[in-house]
Amino acid sequence: MTIDLKTVKHISKLARISIEEEKAKKLAGDLNSIFDFIEKLNELKTDKVEPLASIAKTTLKLRSDEIKSQNIREQILKNSPEDNKDFFVVPKVVE
Amino acid sequence: MTDVLNLTLVELVEKIKKKDLSSKEITKAYVERSEKSKKLNTYITEDFKNALKKADNFDNSPDFDKKLPGIPIAVKDLFCTKNLRTTAGSKILENFVPTYESTVTNNIWNEGAILLGKLNCDEFAMGSSNETSFFGNVQSPIGEKLVPGGSSGGSASALAAKLTPTTIGTDTGGSIRQPASFTGTVGLKPTYGSCSRYGIVAFASSLDQAGPMTRDVKDCALLFGVISSYDNKDSTSINFKRKNYLKELSKSMKGKKIGIPKEYRLKDMPKEIEKLWQKGIAIAKDSGAEIVDVSLPNTNYALPTYYIVAPAEASSNLARYDGVKYGFRANGKNLIDMYEKTRSEGFGNEVKRRIMIGTYVLSSGYYDAYYLKAQKVRRLIKNDFDEVYKKVDAILTPSTPSSAFKIGEKTDDPVSMYLNDIFTVPINLAGLPAISIPAGHDEKGYPLGLQIIGKAFDEQNILNIAYSLEQEIKFKNKMNDWWM
Repeated sequence: MTIDLKTVKHISKLARISIEEEKAKKLAGDLNSIFDFIEKLNELKTDKVEPLASIAKTTLKLRSDEIKSQNIREQILKNSPEDNKDFFVVPKVVE
Repeated sequence: MTDVLNLTLVELVEKIKKKDLSSKEITKAYVERSEKSKKLNTYITEDFKNALKKADNFDNSPDFDKKLPGIPIAVKDLFCTKNLRTTAGSKILENFVPTYESTVTNNIWNEGAILLGKLNCDEFAMGSSNETSFFGNVQSPIGEKLVPGGSSGGSASALAAKLTPTTIGTDTGGSIRQPASFTGTVGLKPTYGSCSRYGIVAFASSLDQAGPMTRDVKDCALLFGVISSYDNKDSTSINFKRKNYLKELSKSMKGKKIGIPKEYRLKDMPKEIEKLWQKGIAIAKDSGAEIVDVSLPNTNYALPTYYIVAPAEASSNLARYDGVKYGFRANGKNLIDMYEKTRSEGFGNEVKRRIMIGTYVLSSGYYDAYYLKAQKVRRLIKNDFDEVYKKVDAILTPSTPSSAFKIGEKTDDPVSMYLNDIFTVPINLAGLPAISIPAGHDEKGYPLGLQIIGKAFDEQNILNIAYSLEQEIKFKNKMNDWWM
């Protein structure tokens, strides 16, 4: 299987990473060599194998729904890239 | 002063408790040496002034019941530290100052230790040579222009160069053990669920574990006992009885069944690695261990599995970096354009590459063929270990398929870089604990490590085996202070 330029552009759109034409070509090459290496998995028959998502044998725990952090607006907004004391600011979305 | 720098963590704790040394004397020695070692580029953020202040405070009202009383420690810059910049080696977090502390570092400060600063690492811990960091390469104290390994490269380099008495790293596919092996130091990747992931910048959540990086096995047992804890804030943290690993540390090789997996004998593996492995086997045998040939038949499929699972998890973990709530933001014509430019400019090439792999294997039409397939093979790899552990107590292998390489040597070929982790990745997939200890040198004088893999939650056992081997090997790093 080969990953062509069109696929690279499609994935970059899905991943929300803009990519220049030249870099896309280089990336296509890298991805192809990585996927060549990954294709090795097809040698294995796995029809009857149960997938393993996590090693931890715990089921997700329930906890009581209580408020633990209060009045932390300042903390939460502290690292926002655009200064505003009440909100996160983004480019205009609605005309 | 050099004496202070040459003491192990356990020795420093003893000296402080006996009042032979003050926290200030120790902290000052490490700050001074760190100041003179900028050429190695180990620190991303220094906190020396505060460290000296905290050392004074400790000396004024010391608490000698703590496990790390007044000990200065620098940590990998993947651990969130309250009010001190945490970058994960990325431009996108260049100015991020956490308002909370990771559980693992919190455990360390609660035992009396003092933060020296934040150590360089591969961007989002994605790399095996510390060359993907936005903050530049780290050089290994072992040799000029030599990589310290990665992703915990700054930690390994600072530890080996004696810029910190001890340190912690994180290990997703070998990021503690490979740099430990490259720098002649000890590194432990604990069982998944043993150390809390809370407050560690996430890479691949089903694989990430924090662990100690230390000068010897004793130090490793001490520090592991401090950082391992059950934590409600991490949904995969496991509640089991933690031991006093240092107190229970003993040379115990007699009667131990040590497995030697034939699949780790690679066709084109350098002779010196095979020789090192044989040396380890001989020592174990002489110390009374029973050597058992075992097979982990799916070993060859571990790396391809890892390069689906880890990028898939990373692509979803890193979706949070969108330039809105925190981190770097680039200007865009509209919201989508802003997202795309922020992520394009904020992430480095390796991180982008892995996000792309992850996005692809999770995308519609490819999920079953790649991601689900990898999860199934992951099960087979775990089953291999389960089978072998019916017959043996631990497994002994080399830590890496080669010694450290030069900066720039492998950057053009991602697959050859990935192959570095061939002996460490299967352990993360299976969630097992493994320790790398320095065991010898190659012909250039670069360190080489041996890896001891244990059963889940059997850290005490592999620490004991490592301790036995260490006593016989008597490893010494060949290092002059060339960078000073």
